[in-house]
Amino acid sequence: MFRRNGKGVVASFGPDEVKVLRKVASEIVALMTDGFDHTDPVVERLFPDVYPDLPEDAAEFRLYTESDLKSGKIDQAGAILAKLPDEGPGDVRLDGEEAECWLRAINDARLAMGTRLELTGDTDVSDELDDAVLHDPTSSRVFQLSVYAYLGYLQESLLNAMISVDHR
Amino acid sequence: MVGMALPQLAPAEVPQVEEAPFDDRPWVTVVWDDPVNLMSYVTWVFQKLFGYSHEEAEKLMLDVHTKGRATVSTGAREKMEMDAAKLHHYGLWATVEKQ
Repeated sequence: MFRRNGKGVVASFGPDEVKVLRKVASEIVALMTDGFDHTDPVVERLFPDVYPDLPEDAAEFRLYTESDLKSGKIDQAGAILAKLPDEGPGDVRLDGEEAECWLRAINDARLAMGTRLELTGDTDVSDELDDAVLHDPTSSRVFQLSVYAYLGYLQESLLNAMISVDHR
Repeated sequence: MVGMALPQLAPAEVPQVEEAPFDDRPWVTVVWDDPVNLMSYVTWVFQKLFGYSHEEAEKLMLDVHTKGRATVSTGAREKMEMDAAKLHHYGLWATVEKQ
């Protein structure tokens, strides 16, 4: 988990954390490149229709903004890959700008996983995880939910560390 | 469709052509609730992008959370599109509409 470190933030990651973070960041890059498909619910969520009732205007907006948004998401996922050690354990130190990239990239990863897991406003992730474990502790849903919950804690810790840098 | 003109028995009433009133309602950027974004993160994004105080940003975030949506900025259409694009960059679910 992240904590304040002077003008920046720092976190120590174990081998499994490094592996998971590399995996989710790579998945975002893949989704934005070879896997880019407007009919994918994850792409729909990351690239929302700005005019739900005006399809032509929405398409025009997309035409002018989509490539920037896409390259932004690739860059911020790339910031995770660039700062992580190849293998854990290891420390990651981020300045203000890098921390923002990480924050947005972790958020993208959570949005992608939350959409795949079909989470709704009423979903309690820990209850959902308990159910999945009872059902089959080795299922991929258990793994996905654990990663999703982990990323939530990580994002919160990063945000809190960034805010405490600003309030220094 | 082509129609035969009926013989006019009475002088045709001149339709009162009312000028469509200039629609000066501003455009707004709306953020919608979603099950993933953290409340603290949404508050922080509102402060960062729109310069809201923590209290104002938190109130808007709670509106999004409890009412399902909140208007986060108001103004010219182009400006609202830019705001929505920035919000998408942060992963918030934003749309643009007439107020």
